[in-house]
Amino acid sequence: MEQIITAVVAVVAVPLILLGYITLGERIIERLPETLQAWIRPYYWALPAVGFATVFMVYPLVRTVFISFYNSTGDKFVGWDNYHYFFTFPDTLTSLRNSILWLVFFTFFSVFFGLIIAILLDRVRYESLAKIAIFLPVPISAVAASIIWKFMFDYQVPGTTQTGTLNAILGSFGRDPIAWLINLSTNNAALIFVGIWSATGFCMVIISASLKAISSEVLEAARIDGANEFQIIQLVVTPLLWPTITVVGTTMLINALKTFDIVYVMTNGAYNTDVIATQMFRQLAGAHYGRAAAVGVVLFVAIVPLLIVNIRRFQQQEEQR
Amino acid sequence: MSAERVTTRGQTAVGAGVSALDSLGYRLQRLPLHIVIAIFVAIWIIPTVGMVINSFRGVADMSQAGWWTTLFPPHGFSFASYQQVLNLEGVAPSILYSVLITIPATVIQLAIATMGAYAFAWMKFPGRNIFFIVIVGLMVVPIQMTLIPVLQIFKAIHLNGTIYAVWLAHSGYGLPFEVFLLRNYLGGLPREIFESAEVDGAGHSVRFLRIAVPMTLPAIASLTIFVFLGVWNDLLVALTFLGVSVFRPFTVVIAQLTTSLGGGWQFLTAAAVLQMILPLAVFIALQRYFVRGVTAGSVKG
Repeated sequence: MEQIITAVVAVVAVPLILLGYITLGERIIERLPETLQAWIRPYYWALPAVGFATVFMVYPLVRTVFISFYNSTGDKFVGWDNYHYFFTFPDTLTSLRNSILWLVFFTFFSVFFGLIIAILLDRVRYESLAKIAIFLPVPISAVAASIIWKFMFDYQVPGTTQTGTLNAILGSFGRDPIAWLINLSTNNAALIFVGIWSATGFCMVIISASLKAISSEVLEAARIDGANEFQIIQLVVTPLLWPTITVVGTTMLINALKTFDIVYVMTNGAYNTDVIATQMFRQLAGAHYGRAAAVGVVLFVAIVPLLIVNIRRFQQQEEQR
Repeated sequence: MSAERVTTRGQTAVGAGVSALDSLGYRLQRLPLHIVIAIFVAIWIIPTVGMVINSFRGVADMSQAGWWTTLFPPHGFSFASYQQVLNLEGVAPSILYSVLITIPATVIQLAIATMGAYAFAWMKFPGRNIFFIVIVGLMVVPIQMTLIPVLQIFKAIHLNGTIYAVWLAHSGYGLPFEVFLLRNYLGGLPREIFESAEVDGAGHSVRFLRIAVPMTLPAIASLTIFVFLGVWNDLLVALTFLGVSVFRPFTVVIAQLTTSLGGGWQFLTAAAVLQMILPLAVFIALQRYFVRGVTAGSVKG
């Protein structure tokens, strides 16, 4: 009950406080000399946002680097020990390997399927309806998606009735069921596919938007020149979509590295399915702060190139403004 | 011409005036296209449909026969799973806590972000570009990189395990993206409006509240949907700061039940359905805003 009241109070009070912050602050700033106003005002306005970003992102970022060089209680400097642990211990190495698998396959297939589906749907009348179906998994949480797919992958001992959709299909072809999430040769692929299934709709929508921007005349010209549909897709459409594909691809690379929910809910890292993010959480939950921080830093270092790409792209866009 | 633009590219390629035989041949030629699309649509929709159907079956039925058997009589629908899940300790309250986390967290971060975005869009100050580049960089920083220090801050000020901690953490993590997006939108508004308001003697607070905020409402609306569902669907932040607290939200409870139950988790289908009703309803009701919100970050930049 108390929680409900505070939530309602927060919803009403926070905007009011900001309103007061703005009006009162402006009243004071307006009284100041002109030159001082120009100095103080922007910082005053940006302060809440910049403050939040500093406390919750910039400071923790720096602090995590420090923590990664200390032991789990944070009172003893251990140098590179935590990193040494990460790059030598079999479990953490497995998580590194799996994250690379996610990076490659999740990114490639979500963008690839997104592209293919966008191109195919561009040619049929029921496009918008089919798009809804493909996009449907996007609003679904990874937690719910995991339960959805636990049913798809469900496994019963051979000879009994298979309740999992995939194994029932295998059974109807007279094949033995597969323990998708336990079998070491299928489980990572299975998890990555759930990720692809969740992300394809996102890729499709974005690629489709820039596909619509390609003028029909360009395609018409290619057809008149005698190109068949496959050639058109390969030689005309895909190159024109390339800038969008790289943007979507970068986003997917970042998502691949951050993957956590699906693995945590579906296998919790069992049977060699851990990824960096779940490994980090495991160390954190075990209060191995130094090691957890080191894993976080590794994750961050992996993302730095993508971060630079993003900033470059932003700067290019700024020049065009 | 305009009518032709609405029709799809495959049809315009053929154009009008083809004979019936050509049209049949054309249709046959396009059959593989429809089949491939049908396969994709099936893979993307059947898993969800199957689970929803399963959630309305008896728990024993679920572990004895696949969901598709229910499509034929006797159907044997039941609400047993829903009853079982909602009676499970902590589940019903966790739905309430999800609401109590999501709404304030969304309001707090959007209010702060709008104000910050206005400063970045319409005020000139030394260091503005550097600050903004840092914000662009922060958008992709994995939150794993920040969890430990933030956890330590919350412990130090005795907020760990409270709903307030999650409000603040979500706000901090969401702000860079929101400031970025709203600043781009605000910056795209016509300069003349702000200048003429300034000439009329309107201060920044008036320009912000009377001009900037109302004109930004479409962007704020899309962003609200996006942020709201992001927090509603979040697992990692809530798990870190509320993992052992009584205020665990719905996602955390479902995830913990799934990992702890091992066998007999089937009735959790009901929980999953309850968890995804809200996002799906929002998506279907507000499709255009929703898609715009989800895609805004990477399309327009």
